[in-house]
Amino acid sequence: MNTPFTPPLRPNTFKGGPDAAGRFGTFGGRYVAETLMPLILEVEAAYSAAKKDPGFDKEWRLLLKDYVGRPSPLWFAERITKHCAALAPRPGDGAKVYFKREDLNHTGAHKINAVLGQILLARRMGKTRIIAETGAGQHGVATATACALFNLPCTVFMGATDVERQQPNVFRMKLLGAEVIPVTSGAATLKDAMNEALRYWVANIEDTYYCIGTVAGPHPYPVMVRDFQSIIGEEVRWQMQEAEGRLPDALVAAIGGGSNAMGLFFPFLDDPSVEMHGVEAGGHGIDTPEHAASLTGGRPGVLHGNRTYLLQDEHGQIQEGHSISAGLDYPGVGPEHSWLHELGRVSYVNATDKEALDAFQLCSKLEGIIPALEPAHALAHVLRLAPTLPADKLIVLNMSGRGDKDIFTVAGHLGVTI
Amino acid sequence: MSRIAARFALLKEQGRGALIPFLEAYDPDPATSMAILRGMPGAGADLIEIGVPFSDPMADGPTIQLASQRGLKAGATMAGTLAMVRDFRTEDGATPVILMGYLNPILSYGAERFIIDAQASGVDGLIVVDMPPEEAEVLAPHALAAGLDIIRLVAPTTDDARLPIVLEASSGFVYYVAITGITGTRSADPEALRAAIPRIRRHTDLPIAIGFGVRTPEQAGEASRIADGAVVASALIETLAKSLDEHGRAKPDSVRRVLDQVRGLAEAVRAGS
Repeated sequence: MNTPFTPPLRPNTFKGGPDAAGRFGTFGGRYVAETLMPLILEVEAAYSAAKKDPGFDKEWRLLLKDYVGRPSPLWFAERITKHCAALAPRPGDGAKVYFKREDLNHTGAHKINAVLGQILLARRMGKTRIIAETGAGQHGVATATACALFNLPCTVFMGATDVERQQPNVFRMKLLGAEVIPVTSGAATLKDAMNEALRYWVANIEDTYYCIGTVAGPHPYPVMVRDFQSIIGEEVRWQMQEAEGRLPDALVAAIGGGSNAMGLFFPFLDDPSVEMHGVEAGGHGIDTPEHAASLTGGRPGVLHGNRTYLLQDEHGQIQEGHSISAGLDYPGVGPEHSWLHELGRVSYVNATDKEALDAFQLCSKLEGIIPALEPAHALAHVLRLAPTLPADKLIVLNMSGRGDKDIFTVAGHLGVTI
Repeated sequence: MSRIAARFALLKEQGRGALIPFLEAYDPDPATSMAILRGMPGAGADLIEIGVPFSDPMADGPTIQLASQRGLKAGATMAGTLAMVRDFRTEDGATPVILMGYLNPILSYGAERFIIDAQASGVDGLIVVDMPPEEAEVLAPHALAAGLDIIRLVAPTTDDARLPIVLEASSGFVYYVAITGITGTRSADPEALRAAIPRIRRHTDLPIAIGFGVRTPEQAGEASRIADGAVVASALIETLAKSLDEHGRAKPDSVRRVLDQVRGLAEAVRAGS
């Protein structure tokens, strides 16, 4: 379905986006109904004011340190490194693999970084209710957590299908005091949860802030969530300096909407020696209809307020993504990724359900770290990449979340009843 | 003069507002929706709005979401929707037809090709819900060249600073969204409308139609008098949906039930003139 394109001229910097209209090249923008437009502009104005206020940054960083537990460690995964060296076609090869341990954050994933930033923003805007969409439940849990901390009522929209397959996270959100609304429209997964959250927001604009979980949606969400998540890459920069005295050679992260990847990549975009790999969910394989690889298997279109690569049929109807990971089966991707894809700055690849399952088990056994299914996709690509590189090369994998939430899904696939 | 301008001018002479009923293309099947479309002018429709089914209708409530799904299941496409208008035009050259939908199916069809084909099929205006003026450059220049109106939504949240930007980019008529919310979920408040419509009139000479939350003949009559027209959508779709059998198929009286309701709305709109 990919249409051929002429690659645009390379910009002087990859970090200049978005422009005033919220565009990264031809991607992004604000494709929303007029009812929402004034609200989006209000969020944008509030965010640009907050960005200029050192007090805002200070409050957010203090929360990251004392509440989230940042900085998250950069862990040298020695046994994974040895495993890759053993697979190397040329003896002596096999890059060193590091994990950026976002799984050790409070709530168990990177999502909390951007949620705390957005909740602080909502408070500055005088909003008294928070809504969020969630797929795997990680963003919903992070939002419910921040709302508990700041005593804000929280409503989380979650596809009914995802409610079924992510029961532990549904229970967590309820314990934290959030209301979880199962969404039954469409295929009842993440995209439908986002539609429903947008619909609710339109009807409750006066007091409600919509806390989006990824680098998608109308401007300014893609840039705002990216800015907050960039703490990941900023830390990796100095941590790798401490560990190895130089920059990493390759960064690898899983892509659903793409917030953990954008957060890791962004601070390195203008370092030409640093290669980047975004790993989409290949599901049953991207030559089948059952996958969620928007960049490699989709084409540009408009959904959820932005122009980006989408899974869609020949008539422009949006198709459901499929992945073993409820956090990756979104039919779109953040617009900045679409731009980086067309520029060729980041290489976008995919890993299948099966490859992710294998990596999930391998990581548990070799490192004593049970990864979420999302970073298990990224690890699957690291297992392909590291053996082909010389031993002095450094790879950083974003271990974006822990796998406790996924043990039921994985057990099911392995034929184990728990 | 465009069909839309001619129709509003005629109604102004008659001293009344317009009734603008809505139907979703291919809901629940092509023949039934075509029969409803054909019957609408006779039942009192002054302009007609046709919904183009989309998988993710962000601004629509459950009623139109389901209509959209039924339409897609019945095979609705952009080409199929345009063919409906073409068929309609073989027997009605005067009633303006407006397509209402979302941007992605238009982009997928090809923006320029869509405008050319829509114009050739007899479409008069477009409402593209998720295309605010800021994002209109992909479509608006082609529409202008072809003489197709881009009808814009103005919401209660559209403040005085933003209103001129939206109206500047509008033609045909202005569609006032009577509620802050999605389609078919609340009823419009007449008091709020009486305050809102003059505010818009200060900024434009275009006719104004009120939609979202206009359900009953009384509400339609009132809205058509406060503004220049009333759009009724979800209430008609509900009647159609209720008339379907347990498999979602149209029954022999489905078309008549919808058209009877249009007749009732039209009487109320004409009564106050």
